[in-house]
Amino acid sequence: MTTASSKVEYNYDVVKLFTLATIFWGIVGFSAGIFIALQMVFPDLNIEPYLSFGRLRPVHTSAVIFAFGGNALFATSYFVVQRTCGVRLWSDGLAKFTFWGYQIFIVMAALGYVLGVTQGKEYAEPEWYADIWLTIVWVAYLLVFLMTVIKRKEPHLYVANWFYLAFIITVAVLHLGNGLALPVDAVGAKSYSAFAGVQSAMIQWWYGHNAVGFFLTAGFLGMMYYFVPKQAGRPVYSYRLSIVHFWSLIFIYIWAGPHHLHYTALPDWAQTLGMTFSIMLWMPSWGGMINGVMTLSGAWNKLREDPVLQFMIVSLAFYGMSTFEGPLMSIRYVNALSHYTDWTIGHVHSGALGWVGFISFGALYYLVPHLWGRDRLYSIRLVSVHLWIATLGIVCYIAAMWVSGIMQGMMWRDYNEMGFLKYSFVESVMAMKPFYAIRVLGGLLYLAGALVMVYNFYRTIKGDIRESEPLEVQKQSKNASSDVNNNDMQGAVA
Amino acid sequence: MSLMNKHEKLERNSLLLLVCVIVTVLVGGIVEIIPLFRMETVIEPVDGVRPYTPLELAGQNIYVREGCYNCHSQQIRPLRDEVVRYGHYSLAAESMYDHPFQWGSKRTGPDLARVGGKYSDEWHIAHLVEPRDLVPESIMPSYSFLLERGAKLHDLKSHLKALRTVGVPYTDEMIEFAEKDAIVQATGEARADTAGLEERYGEAVNARDFDGNPDLISEMDALIAYLQVLGTMVDFEAAKAVEGGEE
Repeated sequence: MTTASSKVEYNYDVVKLFTLATIFWGIVGFSAGIFIALQMVFPDLNIEPYLSFGRLRPVHTSAVIFAFGGNALFATSYFVVQRTCGVRLWSDGLAKFTFWGYQIFIVMAALGYVLGVTQGKEYAEPEWYADIWLTIVWVAYLLVFLMTVIKRKEPHLYVANWFYLAFIITVAVLHLGNGLALPVDAVGAKSYSAFAGVQSAMIQWWYGHNAVGFFLTAGFLGMMYYFVPKQAGRPVYSYRLSIVHFWSLIFIYIWAGPHHLHYTALPDWAQTLGMTFSIMLWMPSWGGMINGVMTLSGAWNKLREDPVLQFMIVSLAFYGMSTFEGPLMSIRYVNALSHYTDWTIGHVHSGALGWVGFISFGALYYLVPHLWGRDRLYSIRLVSVHLWIATLGIVCYIAAMWVSGIMQGMMWRDYNEMGFLKYSFVESVMAMKPFYAIRVLGGLLYLAGALVMVYNFYRTIKGDIRESEPLEVQKQSKNASSDVNNNDMQGAVA
Repeated sequence: MSLMNKHEKLERNSLLLLVCVIVTVLVGGIVEIIPLFRMETVIEPVDGVRPYTPLELAGQNIYVREGCYNCHSQQIRPLRDEVVRYGHYSLAAESMYDHPFQWGSKRTGPDLARVGGKYSDEWHIAHLVEPRDLVPESIMPSYSFLLERGAKLHDLKSHLKALRTVGVPYTDEMIEFAEKDAIVQATGEARADTAGLEERYGEAVNARDFDGNPDLISEMDALIAYLQVLGTMVDFEAAKAVEGGEE
């Protein structure tokens, strides 16, 4: 049991800033997604030259992954590392620098895309000057996190921090490796990647798949390992499982990149390695899901009463689903059909909207009343409204993309009785139209849910409590529970 | 379990944990990436592949700037329907001078790896200006501004230089004449002497007024020059011999 933690003055200011930025960029990123989805239904919405699909798609992906997801990771990692280490964040100044530095990076990158400044590598579009700036910010982030960990009062480092640490350091390695480029001149924005053709493809997808593996998975598993046990009021299900799945996850993920390059000019041995490790990845992924879901054992009744906990458990269900779908799609023969189609887009969004989005919403619903010192959220019922609208939105989205993706793949390879290709390419484009419209609807529902959350947070931060609350409420008084430290969380299973 | 007890050491020593994480995540990348730099086992040499001309390079930079790779792939897989639809499957050598690769990951529009020579320049102009004039069902954005915007040619020299540093075999002469070659290629043999250009980049190089406007070397000129060369460099009879005649 800790003795010091109750007296520690935590640095919540920077966590608050990152929390607000998460909410802001979430709305921006979702809206950008809806706009480009609309462009695919109504091509006249492409306003040349600045607002065409090709320039706006990186705005959407960067806004949701790096701005929404990144700020959520900063906010929660700074919160979790303080609470589980029992010390204040190292260096207020540097922590604040990471906040403003990261926001500047986001704006710098997004402005670049709209103006046509891009390296042209998916999820690694920012040009060399923005990349260098991000490197500086990221080193500061690593320093703040690591120094806080080093001066901790707890002898053991809690599992959530292993994941955060692996996320921070691996993203640094990937960013530096994939970002190697030579600027044309010191004053211009343009650079050329150090790698070409096959090597460039392999390195890009080594980066790209591990942006998923470490940014969108390891980091958010860190989030899961703190907020699910806290919200459930239960220790993590299995300490042993967390060790096994942590090391196997970070080891195996790195190998999976080549499944993005099946049947390409990449040598076969690399494709086969990528496929094999992608299939193996199924197990450590489900290890994390099981550890999260089973944390509720002995407290399943809370799932019925608490929509915040429902958010977290639904997110784990989506995580389990998309980490099953991923290995399936990495099988070469399945990939022959799914690659280049909307199926990939659907797969990404079941992970992004379902897993990353929902676990973040769950963590935010926990954090906001806690950080602003409110007894509880303004309305628990609105959390439930958010959950259901957003879930419906995801279902619309991924179902539409499954159908359109598989249909596309089938149409492209369909022959008529004469042995000729049955469909021209544009016929497959026409066939997608209704599904692209359903996708827009799904995105609108997801955004509507997020706006309900924003309203709820606005009232919560203002200090309002909704009267005549009809749902059973799990009170989260701000000081009621001193933090469950790792010994508590792990002790129950050890 | 003794291994689990040993793990305690890592939980108590965060720097040791950090080092172990780095080592763990490096393994996969090292095994998969390093061997790819032994070029001779990865890229089979094929006759005909040459660095882009300065004008084509300017076109590729427009292709990247506009994010065309978000919707168009440039990688034909060795699958029956793709070879029928798009042509011979893509060879590693064909993208060896692309910094970075433009293989793409999504086909909202068709693959472009062999679009070169498939359509006339006039078709490309009309299609880029308003895709729905030619293909009513198309959802591609229109790029009419390319016609009015002059291509940036004056700094092509430093572009070629930078590319040479990262491995593209541009000669001193190619770098020296970068801007001139671009102008000549977009002007065509009717009004310019293309001998130097052909000497440096081969006789097959397309040299003509791509956008049909002799008063301006536009971004449309550059982009169409790039599109028209895609997939046309390799002589597939020669490639077949390298592959042992299989198809």
